[in-house]
Amino acid sequence: MSSSIPLFQKFGYRFSWVGMIGLSIILFWGIMALIAPHIIPHPVGEIVDEDYFGAISSRFWLGSDYLGRDMLSRILMGARYTVGISLAAVSIACFSGIVLGMTAAVVGGWFDAALSRFLDAMNSIPGKLSGLVVVAAVGSSINVLIVTLAVIYTPGAYRFARALAVNIHAMDYITVARTRGEGILYIIGSEILPNITGPVLADLGLRFVFIVLLLSGLSFLGLGVQPPYADWGALVHENIGGLPFGAPAVIAPSLAIASLTISVNLLIDNLPQKIRDRSA
Amino acid sequence: MQNLVEIRDLKVEATTDSGRRVEIIKGVNLDIAPGEIVALIGESGSGKTTIALTLLGYARAGCRISGGNVRIAGKDMVTLSERDRAAIRGTEVAYVPQSAAAAFNPAKRIIDQVIEVTRIHRLMPAHEARQKAIGLFRALSLPNPETIGSRYPHQVSGGQLQRLSAAMALISDPKLVIFDEPTTALDVTTQIEVLRAFKSVMKKGGISGIYVSHDLAVVAQIADRIVVLRNGEVQEIGTTADILTRAQHPYTRALLAAFEPQPRGGEILVKDRKVLLEVKDLVAGYGAKHRDGLPLIRAVDEVSLSVEKGRNLGIIGESGCGKSTLARAIAGILPASSGTIIFENRELPSAVRQRSRDQLREMQIVFQYADTALNPEKSIEEILGRPLTFYHGMRGKQREARVGQLLDMVHLPNSLRHRRPQELSGGQKQRVNFARALAAEPKLIICDEITSALDTVVAAAIIDLLKELQRELLLSYIFISHDLSVVEAVCDEIVVMYGGRKVEEITPAHLQAPQHPYSKLLFSSVPKLDPGWLDALELDPELVRSYSKS
Repeated sequence: MSSSIPLFQKFGYRFSWVGMIGLSIILFWGIMALIAPHIIPHPVGEIVDEDYFGAISSRFWLGSDYLGRDMLSRILMGARYTVGISLAAVSIACFSGIVLGMTAAVVGGWFDAALSRFLDAMNSIPGKLSGLVVVAAVGSSINVLIVTLAVIYTPGAYRFARALAVNIHAMDYITVARTRGEGILYIIGSEILPNITGPVLADLGLRFVFIVLLLSGLSFLGLGVQPPYADWGALVHENIGGLPFGAPAVIAPSLAIASLTISVNLLIDNLPQKIRDRSA
Repeated sequence: MQNLVEIRDLKVEATTDSGRRVEIIKGVNLDIAPGEIVALIGESGSGKTTIALTLLGYARAGCRISGGNVRIAGKDMVTLSERDRAAIRGTEVAYVPQSAAAAFNPAKRIIDQVIEVTRIHRLMPAHEARQKAIGLFRALSLPNPETIGSRYPHQVSGGQLQRLSAAMALISDPKLVIFDEPTTALDVTTQIEVLRAFKSVMKKGGISGIYVSHDLAVVAQIADRIVVLRNGEVQEIGTTADILTRAQHPYTRALLAAFEPQPRGGEILVKDRKVLLEVKDLVAGYGAKHRDGLPLIRAVDEVSLSVEKGRNLGIIGESGCGKSTLARAIAGILPASSGTIIFENRELPSAVRQRSRDQLREMQIVFQYADTALNPEKSIEEILGRPLTFYHGMRGKQREARVGQLLDMVHLPNSLRHRRPQELSGGQKQRVNFARALAAEPKLIICDEITSALDTVVAAAIIDLLKELQRELLLSYIFISHDLSVVEAVCDEIVVMYGGRKVEEITPAHLQAPQHPYSKLLFSSVPKLDPGWLDALELDPELVRSYSKS
């Protein structure tokens, strides 16, 4: 994994080809999510194939689903929900978790104890169950889904960031900043955050995968994205009957989920690194 | 007589993160006769540990032995297979690490770790190994040799642990023992016992040794020959007496010169003597507070001292005597439980948070380890620029110019400003650490062991810099150290601390000899550049016992 792309090397960065592959797949799905409504060959909800679980053909590139709808169109539109909702939820969860975690580590004392116990209590409620309750009570909409998923994954991000920040907080440069009279905002934003970015991004990648899976789980229970639209998890679920026939309708969305989650982690484990040895 | 160790044209290279290869050992030749102790001396980065490790056929991660050979009793460690090397490690060549505390597994009893080598190499039955270990404990003059092995590593002192790690190395009767700075982390009073124990065991067993150190005085006590290294090349090889008295190479002379820095003498910077800082009956410590507001463990117990403008105060004592806690209490990092701190005729609040920005600015603290005191994710410019913005509201061009001036003051090239701390050497980092304190334009700088992690030559340069800046900026220093020669070089007054209390205050300029028994012990324990010093040194055993922590 030592080979790197010359373009990045020119700017003083090293970027392994594994990371490049991850980045390209993520970009691909991101672009698809953006332009999906303009390029889908068939409307999402329309039954276009007379056969169900149709095979791959020149008309239906990824076959058709259990009602005879075009699978390619459904997956491309599904990318919007899977990528969009998960990305929004993971951003909110990690942002609030990390900010709270660093603050708790720096402030310490009662603030830390109270916040930690409260979020531990939240953490003890099973994610799927609390998602179920909230969606059942408020009803399913994209905003509700994003907020619910974010709330479920905030305590984990908090725990992780706090553990990292506590270690950094013990360093002398934090003591120096404190004796200088710096405020909390400067200490967490400027002294601690740059030192925990690496592990925090790795955590973000992992949490993104969890959220994609939980979203798929909720869709499986019928509480996620509502028909005729469907995210990838729902697509797998509704076509599960095609498994004995080896239908592309169940394989294709599974591959889509796998490709996205794996490439997110490939990218995060292989982020471009600044080359320290300048004399080369 | 055939040599036990023959190193011929040894080359070690490392690969950097951009794939560039760097030669870190550039063709070293070295012989060690049976029963001889050879010292490798040099500053950090000179390759002394790297050479010592090649004797185990080992190169650190990212490095590899790229040429030459290392013969031990005829076997070439470079070309042997990993399995054959493993058979030699621990049996014929043994290793004593720098930090015994980090080398022992805290979860296992000491004796089991000491005899582990005999178990791995199936040298002798366990009960026999235990008996042998007890014999070694006795030879290394450890207290309670019969039972000390059944303790856990945290239950013995640092000096004892270091001797136990030597026992671990000697249990298999090796032909060669590698000592990797084994006394660097110890107090001077403990160092003596450890050095004595090592010396007698090695001489009695006729074992060859290689002793890696940057402390010439320590090496002079134990080594037969000294190899001076710099940048992976041998500068000079000679017998200990030759190196100490008839050094040829300029670098060796610089090392010798750095060993005894010029005392400060009675240099007077400020005519009218004004008290800058006065500390009265300061108590600080850790743990739960009693009803009277005093902490459970008093690390600093009713210490009073005063610092005058333009003059320096040294605080000296061994680790655990409370000198760093005192510094932290004065700086307000650990609020004092009682006592008063008067700075510039005004009483300071005990905690940082209650002090005004100007009060914080005028008293700066510089920490021992520049590695942890400088944020690794920030450039030198950001590190030095922040106090300028924070205290003086400087921005843009003005700030940039001032950072340049600060770098100039600490004799660093301006081109370093865009680098990060890990791209600098230890001495450069410490200069940046100090420049950050200067950026605040303080009146008093508390220096907490700032030269202790540095090599002798680098430390001497930092001391010179400190003195020079004091003349220019009329600063005062509180200089905390366990190294007496350094404190004598910088300070007008010296406070000796023991067990959280101030035992004596000495003014070196008045040629005043220490009176208190502990000060006497401390002062006489500092190694001298005389090979016969350790053997001639007689310490009152009663005195040593009453002040040893074991």
